[in-house]
Amino acid sequence: MTVAQPTRTTQPTLIASPPGTGGEASPLPQRILMKGNEAMAEAAIAAGCDAYFGYPITPQAELLEWMARRMPEEGRVFVQAESELAAINMALGAAAAGARVLVSSSSPGISLMAEGMSYMAGSRLPVVLINVMRGGPGLGSIGAAQGDYLQATKGHGHGDYRVPVLGPSSIAEAIDLVREAFAIAERYRTPVILLADGILGQAMEPVSPNFEALAPSTPDWTLDGADGREPRVVKSLHLRPEDLERHDIALQAVYEEIEANEIRWAGEELADAEIILVAYGTAARVSRTAVQRARAQGLRAGLFRPISLWPFPAAALREASAGARAVVAVEMSAGQLVEDVRLAIEGKVPVFHHGRMGGMVPTPDGVVGAMRQAWAVTDGGAA
Amino acid sequence: MTSQPQTGDQDVQLAEGGRTVYRRPLLLSNPTSYCPGCGHGIVHRLVAEVLEELDLGHRTILVGSVGCSVFAYDYLALDAVESPHGRAAAVATGVKRYRPDKVVFTYQGDGDLAAIGTAEIIHAAARGERFTTIFVNNGIYGMTGGQMAPTTLVGQRTTSSPLGRNPATTGYPLPVTEMLSLLPGVAYAARVSVASPMLVGKTKAALKRAFEVQLEGRGFSLVEVLSTCPVGWGMTPTEAMEHLATDVAAVYPLGTWVDRAKGVAPAMPLTMEAAKAVAGPAVHPADTAPEA
Ligand SMILES: Cc1ncc(C[n+]2csc(CCOP(=O)(O)OP(=O)(O)O)c2C)c(N)n1
Ligand code: SF4
Ligand SMILES: [Mg+2]
Repeated sequence: MTVAQPTRTTQPTLIASPPGTGGEASPLPQRILMKGNEAMAEAAIAAGCDAYFGYPITPQAELLEWMARRMPEEGRVFVQAESELAAINMALGAAAAGARVLVSSSSPGISLMAEGMSYMAGSRLPVVLINVMRGGPGLGSIGAAQGDYLQATKGHGHGDYRVPVLGPSSIAEAIDLVREAFAIAERYRTPVILLADGILGQAMEPVSPNFEALAPSTPDWTLDGADGREPRVVKSLHLRPEDLERHDIALQAVYEEIEANEIRWAGEELADAEIILVAYGTAARVSRTAVQRARAQGLRAGLFRPISLWPFPAAALREASAGARAVVAVEMSAGQLVEDVRLAIEGKVPVFHHGRMGGMVPTPDGVVGAMRQAWAVTDGGAA
Repeated sequence: MTSQPQTGDQDVQLAEGGRTVYRRPLLLSNPTSYCPGCGHGIVHRLVAEVLEELDLGHRTILVGSVGCSVFAYDYLALDAVESPHGRAAAVATGVKRYRPDKVVFTYQGDGDLAAIGTAEIIHAAARGERFTTIFVNNGIYGMTGGQMAPTTLVGQRTTSSPLGRNPATTGYPLPVTEMLSLLPGVAYAARVSVASPMLVGKTKAALKRAFEVQLEGRGFSLVEVLSTCPVGWGMTPTEAMEHLATDVAAVYPLGTWVDRAKGVAPAMPLTMEAAKAVAGPAVHPADTAPEA
C-alpha cells in the first residue's frame, strides 16, 4: 500500500485559500508577491532548467515572457517556437542532448504536443510540461478550467504510456512541485506534466522566494558526439513487435515503480468527516472554503486532495473515505476526476460529482449545496 | 581523437607497393537495406566520407527523420536522435542550441521536409539555426508505398495520383531550396543530384561546404539532393537514374543558391543589410555564452 508522503500530510495549510500560500513558516515581510506563471518559471530556473521552449497562449503567456527575459540572463537556452508542435520537438532534441528542459502551454497547445510527448515517453526522455489549463473543447475560453484531466492522466498521446501528473493548489506549492517534477522526470526518464489552471497561472500571491536548486544528474545516455565511446541512439522505434513489446514491458515496469513511490496527497478534517470532498488545484481551494463553511453549519465535511493525479492516490482515498457517508468530486470539468474517484472507492461509498465547465469556477456555497444534497440522498449505511 | 586515415582499411595490411583505391568509410557501420538503385545509400556514403574527411565523427549528432531513411542511425556510426515525422528541424534546433559546440545535421526526405515539416524547416532557416539539413528529394513518399509528395513532378503517376499529378488540384512541385534561399538566416543552400558519378562528386563537395559553413557558425545550411526511388517510380534502377538526369533535373535546376561567405545570394525581399540598419548587428547567444 502506498502512503502519503509525511511532509504533505502534515502541512495541510499548503492548500489554504488566500492568503495561505504555503511556506507559512516564513514571516510575511520575507515574502514577495508573484504571479503564478512567473513563480513557476523562476522555480524552474532555480531548479536548474537548461532550456525552455514555448509558444504564446493565454493564460500561460507570462511564463514564456519571464523565460524570454531570464533564461538569456542566465546564459541558458530560450526559443520562442513557431508552434507548440515545434516547441515540444525542440524539447525532445534538447533533452536527448542532456538538457533539463521545461515546456509550457495551455490546453489547445498541449493537444498539439501530444505526438511529441508520446515520442519522448517512448524514447525515455525527461521533460517537464506545464499546462495552464483553460476552457474547452476547441478554442473554448481563456477562463481557468480542469477539462484536460483525462488527457493528462490517461495518456495524452498515442500508445501505451503514462505520464506522472502533479496538480498544485497554490503558487507556493507549484514552486515546490516544479522542482519535484524535474526530479521525477530525471529519476524515471519520463515526461512529467504539471497540471495548473488559469487561476493559478494568473493569480498573484505572496511567496517565500526560497526557490531551491536540484542537483544536476549525470545520465549515461545523452548525446554529445560519440567521442571515445560507442555511438548512442535515442529513439522510440522498435520495428519488430517482439522488440517493441519488450520495450513496452520495460516502460510498464517503470510506471509500476512510479506508482509505488510517487503518490502524493493531502488531507484536511478527514478524521470524522461524513462527507468527503475530492478536489485538486483551484477546485481544491474552493473546496477548502466549502469545508470550513459546512463545518460552521454543523455538517462534518473533509477534503481529500490528490497532488499526484497520476499515479492517483487510490488506496489512500479508499482508506480515508472508509467511514464516510458520501464522497463528492469537485472539479472544473464535466466529470473527469470523478472517474478516478469511483475507481478508487470501488463502490464502497456513494460517489457524487459537482462541477462547473467552460472557465466557470464552482462557488463554496455551491459546493456546500452539493454536500447537502449528497447527505440527503444517502442513508449513511454504506460505511 | 586522432585524425582518421583518408584511405585504406585500418585492419588490412597493404602488400608492398599496394595502394588502396576503395574502402568503406569508417563511419558507415552496416550495409544498408535500401532497394536496388535507391539514392539514399549513395547519400549515406557521402555523408560518412565527408564527416570522416573533416574529422567530425566524434562530435556530430545525427537528427533522423521518418521515411525510408529512418534507420540512418543503424548505418552511420554517429550519436543520433529520432524525430517525429516532419519535426527534425525542431529537434535539431533543440540539440544545437544546447550543444552549440557539436556538429548537428538533419537527414530528411521530401515528404518529411516539404509536406508535414514545412513550418519547422522554414522557421529553423529563418532563425538561422546553425545546423545542416540534408534534404533527399526523390519526389515521392517512398516508405509508405509511393504516394504523391509536394515535390512530385506534374503528370507523375503515384499510388495517390493514379492518373498523374494534376496541378489544377494538387499544385506544382515545391521548390524548397529556392524558397529558403530568400531567408537571411540561410548561409548556404545548394541543389545537387546523384544522377552520375560526376554529379555525385559535386554532391560530396556541397555536403562538405555545408558542414564547413556550420563549423564557421554562419547560419543554416541546406543541401537538397535529387535522388531516386525506382520502386516508387515504377522503373528499373537504370531507368530511374536516366529519369533523374533528364526529367527531374529539368524541373529542379542544380546549383548553389546561397553561399553567403562567398557572396552568392539571390536578391531578397528583406536583406540582412536592411534588417541590420534598423536593428543593429545580431549577436548569437552561442557566440557570447559563458564557458560551461
Ligand atoms: C504523423 C505521421 N504521419 C504519417 C506517417 C507515415 N509516414 C511515414 S514515412 C512517410 C513519408 C516519407 O516520405 P519521404 O519523407 O519523402 O521519405 P522517403 O521514404 O521518400 O525517403 C509517411 C507519410 C508518420 N510516420 N507519422
Ligand atoms: S522505397 Fe524508394 S526511397 Fe525507399 S528504399 Fe526503396 S527505392 Fe529507396
Ligand atoms: Mg521521398
